[in-house]
Amino acid sequence: MGRQRACGIFSAFCILYLAFLLTGCLKPEPSADLVIVNGNEPESLDPAIITGLSEMRLTQGLWAGLTRLHPKTVAPIADLADRWEISPDKKVYTFHIRTNALWSTGEPITAEDFVYSWIRAINPETASDYAGQLFPIKNAEEFNAGKIKDSSLVGVHALDPRTLRVELNQPTAFFLDLCAFPTLNIVPRKTIEQYGDRWLMVRPLPASGPYELVTWRLNDKIRMRKNPRYWDAANVRTEVFDFLPIGSPNTALNLYETGAADVVWDKDLIPVELLDDLKNRPDYHTFTYLGTYFFRFNVTHKPFDDPRVRKVFALVINKKRLVEKITKAGEQAASHFVPPGVANYQPVPGLGFDPENARRLLASAGFPGGKGFPRLQYKFFAAAGGAAKLHAKIAVELQQMWRDELGVEIELQQIERKVFYAVQSKLDYDLSQSSWIGDYNDANTFLDMFMTNNGNNRTGWGNARYDELLRAANKETDLKLREKLFQEAESLLIRDELPIVPLYFYVGFNYYDPNKVAGIYPNILDQHPLQDIRKISGSSRRKEALAASADRQERHSLLMPAATRN
Amino acid sequence: MYFLKRLVVLAPLLLVISFLAFVLVRLSPGGPFDRERKPATPEIERNLKAKYHLDEPVWKQYGRFLSDLLHGDFGMSLKYRNHTVNDIIAQGLPVSVVLGMLAFGFAMGVGLPVGFITAAKRGRWEDYTGSVLAVLMVCIPGFVVAPLLIMFFAIKWRLLPVALWGSPWQVILPTIALGLYFSGKIARLLREGMLNTMQAEFITTARAKGLSENSVLIKHVFRLAVLPVVSYAGPLLADLLTGSFVIENIFQLPGIGVFIVNGSLNRDYTMVVGLVVLYAALLVVLNLAVDLVYTLLDPRVKYE
Repeated sequence: MGRQRACGIFSAFCILYLAFLLTGCLKPEPSADLVIVNGNEPESLDPAIITGLSEMRLTQGLWAGLTRLHPKTVAPIADLADRWEISPDKKVYTFHIRTNALWSTGEPITAEDFVYSWIRAINPETASDYAGQLFPIKNAEEFNAGKIKDSSLVGVHALDPRTLRVELNQPTAFFLDLCAFPTLNIVPRKTIEQYGDRWLMVRPLPASGPYELVTWRLNDKIRMRKNPRYWDAANVRTEVFDFLPIGSPNTALNLYETGAADVVWDKDLIPVELLDDLKNRPDYHTFTYLGTYFFRFNVTHKPFDDPRVRKVFALVINKKRLVEKITKAGEQAASHFVPPGVANYQPVPGLGFDPENARRLLASAGFPGGKGFPRLQYKFFAAAGGAAKLHAKIAVELQQMWRDELGVEIELQQIERKVFYAVQSKLDYDLSQSSWIGDYNDANTFLDMFMTNNGNNRTGWGNARYDELLRAANKETDLKLREKLFQEAESLLIRDELPIVPLYFYVGFNYYDPNKVAGIYPNILDQHPLQDIRKISGSSRRKEALAASADRQERHSLLMPAATRN
Repeated sequence: MYFLKRLVVLAPLLLVISFLAFVLVRLSPGGPFDRERKPATPEIERNLKAKYHLDEPVWKQYGRFLSDLLHGDFGMSLKYRNHTVNDIIAQGLPVSVVLGMLAFGFAMGVGLPVGFITAAKRGRWEDYTGSVLAVLMVCIPGFVVAPLLIMFFAIKWRLLPVALWGSPWQVILPTIALGLYFSGKIARLLREGMLNTMQAEFITTARAKGLSENSVLIKHVFRLAVLPVVSYAGPLLADLLTGSFVIENIFQLPGIGVFIVNGSLNRDYTMVVGLVVLYAALLVVLNLAVDLVYTLLDPRVKYE
């Protein structure tokens, strides 16, 4: 009897086993027109929630804003608003929504949709990390902080279904750039009110951008299909995109090499060990990128409370050696903090490599030849992806330079990522590794983080003059004067006070075969609008590529309103 | 009755496990919203904590968790903020189960014959070859086997896909990479069990009675020698069903294993607790199943 039961269990097991095989594995799906490896799994596709570049590249396909970024220059150009007026004091913007702007489900997009989406983004209940992107708007910060409860006091109002009026606290030179930023994109009110936090699971999901969401399976893929009701759908060339959430550089490269993916566009997905070979291939593209790698001093710890000591530590770093020996992807050594190429700004040169001067300064600070210098720590974290060993290698190199040039011994401590951020926030460090990627093409995205009370400062440093310069620059309407104010602030940051030491500027890196994929342009924000990307096939590949390029330029010149920036 | 009692014990056991997981994950330094970019103002950070009730005392948070759990709800993920932990389990578990079952089948399908042959042909070339193979399987970890399989089968010979999920071809390499270690382990367990059993007196008696060698090996030796393999199969199956982080990561499979590890690294409190409870439940149920199979295979085993 027992044996029969055992046989029965065994048979049942075999049947289940086969059933799993058949139901679990045999799910063939039609292939997409273009497959892109997009980096880590997005935390969300809600534009008010997301914070990372890999998420922003996806949400810009689903949710449109008043403006969007030009794929080559990343300057803001018209999107759902076809024109706008700016008041003479540059504090009031009046946007006119296109008459053919529709949700993918067919309803018209109205100015009220913008009011709802923006108020939602600053509503404390939404808990948006990036609510700060809307703080230039009158009373937005107060509403987010709960100081005012009445959303009608926030400076965004629908004058009629097609007209949106926005009042700012002060002139904001980069406000049109912000209008293209995901946090300010519009989302479907009815769906969100009905389904709450799980609104992105609804199908069909009303989309306002060039694509609609078909599938989102965590750690598997995100599939998007062209939205035929997007106002510019005629110029959206790819029907179906698949985005693969992949965090491993080796897997990304293997998929690309075997033809399972057409594009890899996350710079963390470059296997660092293969960089020397990869960077010379025609399908590997590098470009200037709005990111800076630097380290912070905790200025509340002795002896880094003395700016002379901070300067000493900066003067002995051979940054050229770091980019040539360690990073190797074409990064530029950084003497200043704001990367080159930022709109309307020429950064001021910072300190160079000057060990002699450093040793003199160290002696004057009371540590001749490094004698008596306390044993301090440089903290860095174990990164994932292509940067896995980079932080450690840089830390070792810095330690060596400080030891050789100054006779100072700095301990290295590698800690887990989350612990590292907590430690940095609590100022529980002496020196710590850091980096910053700009959100928009303006010097403010770098410089305002070191204002005294900014949550990203995390050095203990605060300077009234610096804060004053930043505030003055941000309300200055004359771009030349504004640049001067920023330059004075940056000079304070990286020449005089040095709560941080910039090490190098990042380089953007992605790979695709330009004979097979068109419409991806290197730009400073590493943003690649989906509507411009497509696969080229057939014998007329070259001709088609040229024609498409001319086409696109013409289209963008038509879209560009007379006044794109104030 | 015994099995019913075991099932009743399950609930308080899971309660204790969930409490420990809940408290331990909160004791670890760094929180779910500690990241490189801090919000512009402290109010934003406060809003974020308030939304997920992280500003409340831990006992209150645990009470909330238990109340949700009674309704079968593990809560919202703190990392993937539009997904519930239930969504993630529903998406990831079937993938891990399919992969786990395939790897389990592979491990048994390879391990049992190798173990049987090496024991039956003790001291002969089949024994030496099989034993060396089994040692190799146990010694080479999955994260070494997987890249080797990819290099040869996917990149050099272009026979199989390099990664991803969705077609039967895509499960072959991860199944081998995941199952190979356990094949070796099962082969060694069975060989050892059979060699020990073969020295028992009743086997000598069976042979003396004139039974054929095959009959002795299959009917008498194997049936007893397989018991250690059955004991091992319960926890093994639980391990395999809840996924393998390394293999899922290398082959980019959307299973649950990736979430168990990443949930801890991301301090995704709800995800960690939810998956720990799921894993514990699976482990207990599968151990119970092992005990059940024991009673079927060995009539001497009785549970009171």
